[in-house]
Amino acid sequence: MAEGPGSPAFGRLRHPLGSTWRQYRLERRMFWRNPSAAFFNFVLPLLFLLAGGAILSGEQSQLNRLVPAIAGMSVMSTTFTALAYNVVFLRERGVLKRIRGVPLRTGSYLGGLAANAVTNTALQIAIVVLAGRLVFGIGWPKDWPELIVFVVAGVVCMAALGVAFAHAIPNFESTAAYVNAVFLPVVFVSFYAFDTSKAPGFVETIADALPLKPLIEGLYGAMVSGAGLGANLDELAVIGLWGVFGVWLAIRGFTWEQRRG
Amino acid sequence: MRGIDIEVRRGEVFGLLGPNGAGKTTTVEILEGYRKRTSGEVSVLGHDPALRQIELRRRIGIVLQSGGIYSQITPREALAHWASFYPAPRGVDEVLALSGLTDQADVRSRKLSGGQLRRLDLALALVGDPELMFLDEPTTGFDPEARRGAWETVRRLRDLGKTVLLTTHYLDEAQALADRVAIVKDGRVLAIGPPRELITHPSGAARYRVAWRDARGELHERQTEDPTQLLHELTGEALANGETLAELSVGRPTLEDVYLELTADV
Repeated sequence: MAEGPGSPAFGRLRHPLGSTWRQYRLERRMFWRNPSAAFFNFVLPLLFLLAGGAILSGEQSQLNRLVPAIAGMSVMSTTFTALAYNVVFLRERGVLKRIRGVPLRTGSYLGGLAANAVTNTALQIAIVVLAGRLVFGIGWPKDWPELIVFVVAGVVCMAALGVAFAHAIPNFESTAAYVNAVFLPVVFVSFYAFDTSKAPGFVETIADALPLKPLIEGLYGAMVSGAGLGANLDELAVIGLWGVFGVWLAIRGFTWEQRRG
Repeated sequence: MRGIDIEVRRGEVFGLLGPNGAGKTTTVEILEGYRKRTSGEVSVLGHDPALRQIELRRRIGIVLQSGGIYSQITPREALAHWASFYPAPRGVDEVLALSGLTDQADVRSRKLSGGQLRRLDLALALVGDPELMFLDEPTTGFDPEARRGAWETVRRLRDLGKTVLLTTHYLDEAQALADRVAIVKDGRVLAIGPPRELITHPSGAARYRVAWRDARGELHERQTEDPTQLLHELTGEALANGETLAELSVGRPTLEDVYLELTADV
């Protein structure tokens, strides 16, 4: 490795950003070595797209809504779900505690961890956008800046909520139950409210107050309608509020160690 | 914790000894910066560990009682990554050899045995070339051979000039490795000193143990501070009666005797 100890470049790379980069690279390598994680990250959204596409084949207006919905779900699964899993696993296995004892800045470590999740989000969004263009006939996104703004906002919000939610999960064995108890209802309510205008009022209210449907609305504006960022400021505000709440909770409750007893 | 007053000298292997729940790990975790003390003064290499300064963490190596690692990483990769945290790390190959992991260098950690993972713990703590190492029960759960191997490594650490703070509940381990030990119980230091002194010190109260089987096959055991006198009496009596002292043995006091006496619930 070029930056290995003993090489002349090593001294310069001990900048905090250098540590973040090295941590990021390690996380990437570990990610690819875990086939099930790679599967859930890349094959699952494609399967959802294909299944949805097969059911809705021919109805362009339906496909127009399916693709941004899957994109929104991808943001949630690569950040909220993946980080909740990851943080619980690292905490319960004692990796976090070990890392706590070495001279690595907390920011560098968590930065590397988050960058890993963000890379997966970016790859998934790219897959969904490509599939939308090549397979589902919705063309290239109409508003790239809006797409970027909403993906970034969604990532920050969902990642923070994922780390925050990890605090509520008592042990690794129950992670799947906890995560799905949140992920599935949120996806269901949001998809349902986004897809139909005939949803009961309270379902609509719940979906609008949660961060996923606003994210999907924003992505719909960016990828399909091209209505512009100005038309989705309310949605951005909801995501932003959840984001602030998530960051506060994530930092406040962060524990490096397995709880005893 | 009620009051532990210990000073570990540079370059020594110091053993913290006590039953489970005696406060060993709590003490060590305060020194490592994992826990905050409620009172008292703590100085580690001139730093207050509670401040968690990165400068201090560059100079210490920690082997936790249980610490996990990525399941897909190999020892070589883990050591190369860990080395990057430190200003002047040791070479990866050298550390692999020191910790006896050369043959497993490229095996994913999930395929390593418990003993090999423990050696990886030691290797990761060592790779930054720290001045001071904390080893919290480094051999618990080892088979006898693995323990001897770990002892060998700790001796090598001392030869490298490292200061080592070791906790253990194995008496023979403390006796074999530590230059000085502190026996703690209920958060208090009961005795402190080199193992040899603790054993021979008059207040240590450990005595020689003399055991034998008499003519009727009954087993006797007697403790004495003067085995010469006792043996003289015993053998004289036996010879006079034309009996033998089957299984006669004289046991020198061990750290275990001192320990059991000190930590016994009264």
